[in-house]
Amino acid sequence: MFSFENLIDLPLIWGAIIATAVLLYVLLDGFDLGLGALFPFAPSDKCRDKMMNSIAPFWDGNETWLVLGGGGLFAAFPLAYAIVMPAMYIPVILMLLCLIFRGVAFEFRFKSDKSRILWDYAFHFGSLGAAMMQGMILGGIVQGVTVDGRSFSGGAFDWLTAFSFMTGLGVVCGYVLLGATWLIMKTDGDTQIWARRVAKYISLFVVIFMGLVSLWVPYLDNDINLRWFGDYFYFLLPIPVITALLFGGLIYSLKKEKEVMPFVCSLLIFFMGFLGLAVSLWPYTVPYEVTIWDSASAPESLSLMLVGVVIMLPIILAYTAYCYYIFRGKVSDEHHY
Amino acid sequence: MLTELDPVLLARIQFAFTVSFHIVFPAFTIGLASWLAVVEGLWLKTGNDTYKQVYKFWVKIFAVCFGMGVVSGVVLSYQFGTNWSVFSDKVGPVIGPLLGYEVLTAFFLEASFLGVMLFGWSRVSNKMHFISTLMVAIGTLFSAFWILAANSWMQTPQGFEINADGIFHPTSWMEVIFTPSFPYRFVHMVLAAYLTTAFTVGGVGAWYLLKKRHIPHARIMLGMAMIMAVFVAPTQLVVGDLHGLNTLEHQPAKVAAMEGIWETERGADLRLFAIPDEDAEMNHYEVVIPNAASLILTHHADGEIKGLKEWAKEDRPPVAIVFWSFRIMVGLGMAMILTGILAVILHLRKKLFDSRLFHMWCAALTPAGFIALLAGWFVTEVGRQPYTAYGVLRTSESVSPVLGEHVALSLLAFIVVYTVLFGAATYYILKLIGRGIETDKEGFEEHSKVATPFKNPKEQEA
Repeated sequence: MFSFENLIDLPLIWGAIIATAVLLYVLLDGFDLGLGALFPFAPSDKCRDKMMNSIAPFWDGNETWLVLGGGGLFAAFPLAYAIVMPAMYIPVILMLLCLIFRGVAFEFRFKSDKSRILWDYAFHFGSLGAAMMQGMILGGIVQGVTVDGRSFSGGAFDWLTAFSFMTGLGVVCGYVLLGATWLIMKTDGDTQIWARRVAKYISLFVVIFMGLVSLWVPYLDNDINLRWFGDYFYFLLPIPVITALLFGGLIYSLKKEKEVMPFVCSLLIFFMGFLGLAVSLWPYTVPYEVTIWDSASAPESLSLMLVGVVIMLPIILAYTAYCYYIFRGKVSDEHHY
Repeated sequence: MLTELDPVLLARIQFAFTVSFHIVFPAFTIGLASWLAVVEGLWLKTGNDTYKQVYKFWVKIFAVCFGMGVVSGVVLSYQFGTNWSVFSDKVGPVIGPLLGYEVLTAFFLEASFLGVMLFGWSRVSNKMHFISTLMVAIGTLFSAFWILAANSWMQTPQGFEINADGIFHPTSWMEVIFTPSFPYRFVHMVLAAYLTTAFTVGGVGAWYLLKKRHIPHARIMLGMAMIMAVFVAPTQLVVGDLHGLNTLEHQPAKVAAMEGIWETERGADLRLFAIPDEDAEMNHYEVVIPNAASLILTHHADGEIKGLKEWAKEDRPPVAIVFWSFRIMVGLGMAMILTGILAVILHLRKKLFDSRLFHMWCAALTPAGFIALLAGWFVTEVGRQPYTAYGVLRTSESVSPVLGEHVALSLLAFIVVYTVLFGAATYYILKLIGRGIETDKEGFEEHSKVATPFKNPKEQEA
């Protein structure tokens, strides 16, 4: 049995891999879900066709990062998976049900005539609900989980708090920003003009929610407070500063009617937010109870999977990029395949 | 009342329901992806547009089923944690990596190239499109490999040790991946998926022949399906027999339940019909073929087969479900073999595409593969009870510390949602079949040009 445990810190590397998978999921499916949340507000049916078509070839691959996040957590940190899933039982089940409606809407919408409106709403509420639940799961984890031994021991509704409600709304707004800036890049005409208006409007909310979370999280736990406002203050200062600059870039590029830059700025803003959360939660997989080292799988298991990741991840990224390249350019409103 | 609900039983019912719903779709898409690759290959080789039209027709149905498979599969990857967290914690180090490899080698490959397969016609060359179809087909087979490796480990676990905390620790990956039952289960499942697809495609082809629609396309569908029925259905019988012998060696209690045998006996009879009674530990209304069970399982007429009474009551699987599921699976398998034989006879008489009676028979067998496949999974999974990892981890010790009422409510939600979705998917698939194949040459070419949701960058420049 091979194992790299004497050469490298396997749990640390796996923490980074899972975090990357979750980040890629949030970035990639984020614009899908945000677009879905915006769906009924689009100015015309033609617009909606364009919106749907702009993500039809990608949503499936994007959602796979969620499977890698969940499956990877199970494989690399089984203890964390076994505690977090029962703790988040209700929002996880709701998120899955929402994702089901979102997913099948792609197939059913274009095959239906009379019932199209039904699948339009399935797509909308599925996307909106999934985004909200993901935000609430995030909030529920960040605020801490009650653990006894190797199991969750809190109540079924521990996750439901003012804090998690706020993170839920925050994620919805963030996803809508990603969705709107994606549309600016992928569409033209009316849809683009509308998407630009949406992006300007929603970016204000994103600023407010990111500010609220940034101020609230340090009060959840004394260690987090010390980390941000103590010895590491100047070391960590670039994170909020760069985020502020990115917001400036976003507003500037929206005003100047740039097509790609708003989306890039939005992705980077999400990345910085993610980085900020990672700094706060370090080194826990189940805040503030179980660390990445406590919950890591056997070194042999982590080693075997690391081989797979090192070989497969570059290949996956390469063909994912190729698929985005194939479908580059502006989207049209014709459907069928 | 809700508080008295048994979370173990509810969690089992929920997993059985969601996994049964799920497996129907991947099983069909495993077979359909391979078949579509063959059809597209034939189109490229012969230049006969009929093949392309058949491809473009079935790829729509493929997309619906694939989407259903994805959304119901995501649920499963989280359900291990929500409902079976203790199982996940304990065996995660052993089977977690297998599921990880499934995501890395299969899911991304399928999901990414599916986009090209559906929307890439006017954006990539024919060759690249064919490669995309192949990638999706290979992805489905990789996926089957890993998930069956994980399942087979749960059936015949090996290559691990259990530490003081009760956590399973891998000791040999070769032993974990290639467990004794894995080769049989993998081949049996892939062949089952191929047969399921063959009988669905053949059934639709037969229905078109009956309706005198799309005759050239229907001939391709029925003809290719019958090739599978002739060669694969009998092969499946042999593989199934070998799988059964393997089960007899490693899980004799499951075989005893499959055969409805209570007392250990030599020259055991084959029960064709029986009502197993678990309380009385006997069968009612038996119809038997003398000595046949021993003959099939030990290949000797007086071979010894262990009866269920060899195991304590709490160590036995539920008998009636296993017993009857097994009969349904084998019965439908025999019907498939019979179909193959009939097809050969009709072919020799040059009546394969003219016999209305045979076409009705084939149309009636359209869902046969799905039912047989589910029945087969019921045999092997219910037969694994009362363990999650056979012999080493009990189901009752695997369940999450969640309340029965929450499991009940989520189960109810899944039943409602899945029923609606299954209804919708069936409706749209039947609608697609009813609408038929787009054959009008000009219209078809026109259609394929706009078949992408994207403007072609080259057209934009022009």
